[in-house]
Amino acid sequence: MNHLYLSYPNPGGIFSNPVGYWVIVALAIVFTLFVLLTATAYTVWYERVLLGRFQRRPGPNRVGPLGLLQLAADGIKLATKESFAPAGVDPILYLVGPAVMVAAAFLAWAVIPVGIWWGFSYWISNINVGILFVFAVSSMNAYAILLGGWSSNNKYSLLGGMRAAAQLISYEVALGLSLVPIFIITGSLRLQDIANFSVHWGPYHGPIPLVIVAPLSFVIYMVAATAETNRTPFDLPEAEQELIGGYHTEYSGLKFTLYYLGEYLNMVTVSTLATLIFFAGWHPNAPWFPAFIPFVAKIVGFLFLYIWLRNTLPRLRYDMLMRLGWKVLLPLGMANVVVTAAVVVALTG
Amino acid sequence: MADPHVSPGTAGMTITRQERSPAHEGELLTVNFGPQHPSTHGVLRLVVDLDGEVIRGLRPVIGYLHTGIEKQMEALRWQQGVVVTDRHDYLSPPINNLAYALAVEKLMGIEAPPRAQALRVIMSELTRIASHLVWLGTSSLELGAMGVYMYAFRDREKVLDMNEEISGYRMHTSYIRPGGVMADITPRFANMLETFLKEMPSNIDEYERLLSKNPIWVARTKNIGYLSGQDAIRLGATGPMLRGSGVDWDLRRDRPYCGYDRYSWEVQVRTGCDCYDRYLVRIGEMREALKIIRQALDGLPSGPINVDDRKLLPPPREELETSMEAVIHHFKLFTEGYAPPVGAAYVAVESGRGENGCFVVSDGTHKPRRVKFRSASFVNLQALEQMAIGSMVADLIAIIGTADTVLGDVDR
Repeated sequence: MNHLYLSYPNPGGIFSNPVGYWVIVALAIVFTLFVLLTATAYTVWYERVLLGRFQRRPGPNRVGPLGLLQLAADGIKLATKESFAPAGVDPILYLVGPAVMVAAAFLAWAVIPVGIWWGFSYWISNINVGILFVFAVSSMNAYAILLGGWSSNNKYSLLGGMRAAAQLISYEVALGLSLVPIFIITGSLRLQDIANFSVHWGPYHGPIPLVIVAPLSFVIYMVAATAETNRTPFDLPEAEQELIGGYHTEYSGLKFTLYYLGEYLNMVTVSTLATLIFFAGWHPNAPWFPAFIPFVAKIVGFLFLYIWLRNTLPRLRYDMLMRLGWKVLLPLGMANVVVTAAVVVALTG
Repeated sequence: MADPHVSPGTAGMTITRQERSPAHEGELLTVNFGPQHPSTHGVLRLVVDLDGEVIRGLRPVIGYLHTGIEKQMEALRWQQGVVVTDRHDYLSPPINNLAYALAVEKLMGIEAPPRAQALRVIMSELTRIASHLVWLGTSSLELGAMGVYMYAFRDREKVLDMNEEISGYRMHTSYIRPGGVMADITPRFANMLETFLKEMPSNIDEYERLLSKNPIWVARTKNIGYLSGQDAIRLGATGPMLRGSGVDWDLRRDRPYCGYDRYSWEVQVRTGCDCYDRYLVRIGEMREALKIIRQALDGLPSGPINVDDRKLLPPPREELETSMEAVIHHFKLFTEGYAPPVGAAYVAVESGRGENGCFVVSDGTHKPRRVKFRSASFVNLQALEQMAIGSMVADLIAIIGTADTVLGDVDR
């Protein structure tokens, strides 16, 4: 039962029926979509509140209690806006751009497991190359930005799209390399296995956060992941103060919303991955301590970090990011792989 | 703009911009930066030729905020002109007031009493701090640091509150007028100023903690926007633009006015010629301004805040009830105004942006024949091309920021 996995009790019945099986998959997809959309919306709310607090202002506090319905108001506003396209856009690619963005962002969640309860986690598909799949689809967002920038018939958008391409090749290699030591240590590319990775250290038996054994991987991953999500200080393709809106200058209404949604969803995705890979995902948990509490708390912690960075740090220039990617992160990542491999071989023989 | 038909005079020099071949002949991408662009400080328009992201050509186009302030002043009586001076460099109204007031006073051969001069210094330095805070906030926001922007505006707000307390108006104070100042300080103003002087040094430390050693900030400003001292002089740059290029020149020390020579402070000079050193100059100037205010406040002389001249300033309210002469003066002043003798005067003061000069011509009537502002923003803008050629689009934002132009001041 590799596709829809509910770890206890051993499912049978409805799963052995092909129709029932696909019904369950479809329900799971719908449920995931719903949760993700809500989570993304509240990430936006969380960011606005936090930025407000950082900057000595109240942040959203008018619509609903604590401003919690602000995102509904924003959503309605964006959805009912005139969907305006400037003259001279490439009609097909102009629409494909935002669609690819949001599709890629959601697709990554097909393999990401979510901790729910004691001994119970939830995912749609449990493939054995989970991380590779996540990287494969999440790097698609660079194509979305490139297409949007190119098809908008706007010079600023074009510059933003070109920056996205330059950015992609600078962080992607480092991002992949940063996780190779993890694969060496855990011996698996399956996210569930990595999150459940356990050790027998003297009296201690059980899962550990991998950040302890691979701290350098964590640092490289965090830097590269920030670049992947186009967040400050690497929000070059967007760079409001330089390129107005970069690739989404000419997008409005729902098409803009899709880009916006994709960006925040990517932020949630990389936070979840960091939680699963480096911070032992849903551990620690117990029958009286549901797994979703540590899981969500860790994700929220990473989101906090991203928002904090956005408030504080200036933006890099894109040649600086390329230099950082190729001359700093890549050699560091290589050295990390070699050293980890040597240590693992030395320890395990 | 120089008239091409006028032959170059003996004084000064003419700098001609080299015409480049149109962009479409090469492989360059011509982009319009502004007038609607988030980082052009209003409505500056730059026509930029890009090779990839490298700037090969840059032509500033100005005039989008032309308000005709200089021309307007010819239609206003001398004392009414003050109100308009507030509005050209809207980030430093008291300093604009001061340039105009000093020029008119020079024309009439009068000098403000000592207490007024000290108050003028206090308000000028407060304005300099406010203006630098706006610069700090906006240019760090343009480079992506959102937090500093709000922190800088938090402190600027205090200056605006003090403006309101002393003059009744937050931005366009019209506080400094020919003959003196509008009103004396109130006890509440003194309290606010004391608190401000106490809090501000640690707040400036906070900005420095956020930026001065921040590797990204340093990478984004160091060696960016290089302007050598020689070029700065040649292009007429003044203020932090000049002092950041290693030229030790500050009108407050070198052409003292309002008793600036009585205070002990240091002119901030840095030799890096780049955006980072101009940033340090401005941070240093805020600290020095606090020192000057401290001294001016401690040594505030007692006495009148206006010249004792009924032809120039209205009589006190209580005199109107007892003195016929006062009523006549009052009536004449508000229907006709005063008329300085025929002549011309030029006075320059150091604003947050540089040399803010005011040239007034009187034909002996109660309205000026001509008022001309030598605005630092306009002249500093000329250095933009020099600084930007060869750098990248992202650096252009830092360079526009470092020039610290106020578009109202450019177009007037």
